[in-house]
Amino acid sequence: MNASIAGKEFTVNEEGYLTDFNQWNEQIGESIAAGANITLTPRHWEVIKYLQNEHKSQVALSIRRVGKSGVVDIKEFYALFPNAPLKTATKIAGVPKPASCI
Amino acid sequence: MKNLIILGGGTAGTMMANHLNHHLKNPDWLITIIDEKEEHHYQPGYLFLPFDIYTPEDIIKTIDEFIPKGVNLIRQKIDSIDANRNMVMLQNGAVMPYDVLIVATGAKIAPEETEGMQGSEWQKSVFDFYSFEGSLALRNKLRDWEGGKLVVHITEMPIKCPVAPLEFAFLADSFFKHKHMRDKVEITYVTPLSGAFTKPKATEALEHLLEEKHIKIESDFAIERVDNETKEIIDYGGRTIPFDILVTVPTNKGDALMERSGLGDDLNYVPTNKATLQSVAHQNIFVLGDASNIPASKAGSVAHFEAEILTENILNFVHGLPLKEEFDGHANCFIETGNGKALLIDFNYTHEPVEGTFPFPGLGPLRLLKESRMNHMGKLAFRWIYWNVLLKGTHIPFVSATMSESGKHYQ
Ligand SMILES: Cc1cc2nc3c(=O)[nH]c(=O)nc-3n(C[C@H](O)[C@H](O)[C@H](O)COP(=O)(O)OP(=O)(O)OC[C@H]3O[C@@H](n4cnc5c(N)ncnc54)[C@H](O)[C@@H]3O)c2cc1C
Repeated sequence: MNASIAGKEFTVNEEGYLTDFNQWNEQIGESIAAGANITLTPRHWEVIKYLQNEHKSQVALSIRRVGKSGVVDIKEFYALFPNAPLKTATKIAGVPKPASCI
Repeated sequence: MKNLIILGGGTAGTMMANHLNHHLKNPDWLITIIDEKEEHHYQPGYLFLPFDIYTPEDIIKTIDEFIPKGVNLIRQKIDSIDANRNMVMLQNGAVMPYDVLIVATGAKIAPEETEGMQGSEWQKSVFDFYSFEGSLALRNKLRDWEGGKLVVHITEMPIKCPVAPLEFAFLADSFFKHKHMRDKVEITYVTPLSGAFTKPKATEALEHLLEEKHIKIESDFAIERVDNETKEIIDYGGRTIPFDILVTVPTNKGDALMERSGLGDDLNYVPTNKATLQSVAHQNIFVLGDASNIPASKAGSVAHFEAEILTENILNFVHGLPLKEEFDGHANCFIETGNGKALLIDFNYTHEPVEGTFPFPGLGPLRLLKESRMNHMGKLAFRWIYWNVLLKGTHIPFVSATMSESGKHYQ
């Protein structure tokens, strides 16, 4: 699926996750956040940057990991990105939905 | 003489001892297997114990009756591994050098990870069925329980046999129906996932079954704590779910010896190459079963397929040949759905479970992702197969270690 924000084209999968992180920019992040009724504050951005760095160094993301990262604890993570924080935050950050292994 | 040491005499370690005993022989090789326990438990039986379907005798045997003669069995707690010096340290102070090490120490529950889980209600109204003690305590509770809110709950992924909690909910439905008290029990299934399962096709089929059996599902629930006073579980978002009986699957972790040895990840699983089963950090350490971090199901059937491939790779390694990148994450699991029926799923790293027939394309006799009595017979037969075929490392006829795509309905 193709989408475009502020004149920039990008591709998302059926769940709305960017398929290519290189297409991501802050405006796209803000627009996805708005779709989830979240207004991004500097605290949100710190978490988003952290998720993007973890993604770049190919670390598998989980709520437990985020909680132990020192960047944000799980309680605040939920307060920043309500309901399903990891799914929402990764979508805004433009990184793939974390695969929960089975 | 060279030393091959296997850590853990459970499902995976026992299979490896039986496989390798045919190939690495005295006086060139000594195979040693180390476990702290006397008993070998058929863990899939923990699911049936609470419903009085199996007795403790059905699921407990001794470790040594499955270890072949010629393999050295040591009953000791393993303290740590010094991977740089190729040595295993036991709790009694013994130090054992190795040339090749196989890690098969499994995974276990860690209820202490969640606040309040082991509080005053532990084994009174808060139970697990992933340990023998938990499963037995739950059986005693269910025998004369008069009904109320039954909450079946998963703390976090990954867990062993990820379908077992769903099976528990299905079997509970069937159990209370037979006791003519289903109308007195409200069953809720609570999961940190977004749906009943992780793979889309199977999720669809399983959610349909939950609905049919009037089991409510609460998804995306990341538990923060158990409140023993109000008897509620509470998630980080503030969502609360009340219970009269909580049947939880606590966090699963690898053994703490990995932490002591600096070899584990944050859940004490050992980083492992998912195709060769060699550990990422050390060439002469191999990992199979629940102890590894590979993205495959933590199941006995997976350990069985891994054992066939790992045996080849260990032999390649000791002969200086390149390792085969062959393991594809193959898993094959029966899912009990209650009332004498079951589903069967067969999948790997890249192919999700779909409908079809197994093991013979087009013929079956087992049907994939559909409820049938035949599948239920398969699940019950699995116990016999486990004791008599799997542990001995015997190949199961017609079922290959890597998954077959024929007979399956992919789109
Ligand atoms: C409720 C339940 C239902 C299940 N249902 C199924 C099913 O239907 N089908 C299926 O295929 N699988 C099922 N499984 C999963 C299956 O039982 C496991 O995947 C399998 O047993 C893993 O084998 P393993 O050898 O890796 O670990 P284990 O069999 O657990 O063996 C690990 C061994 O290592 C030993 N050990 C660990 N640390 C130390 C130490 N420090 N010192 C000494 N010894 C140590 C332990 O004592 C143990 O004997 C189920 C599991 C559970 C809990």
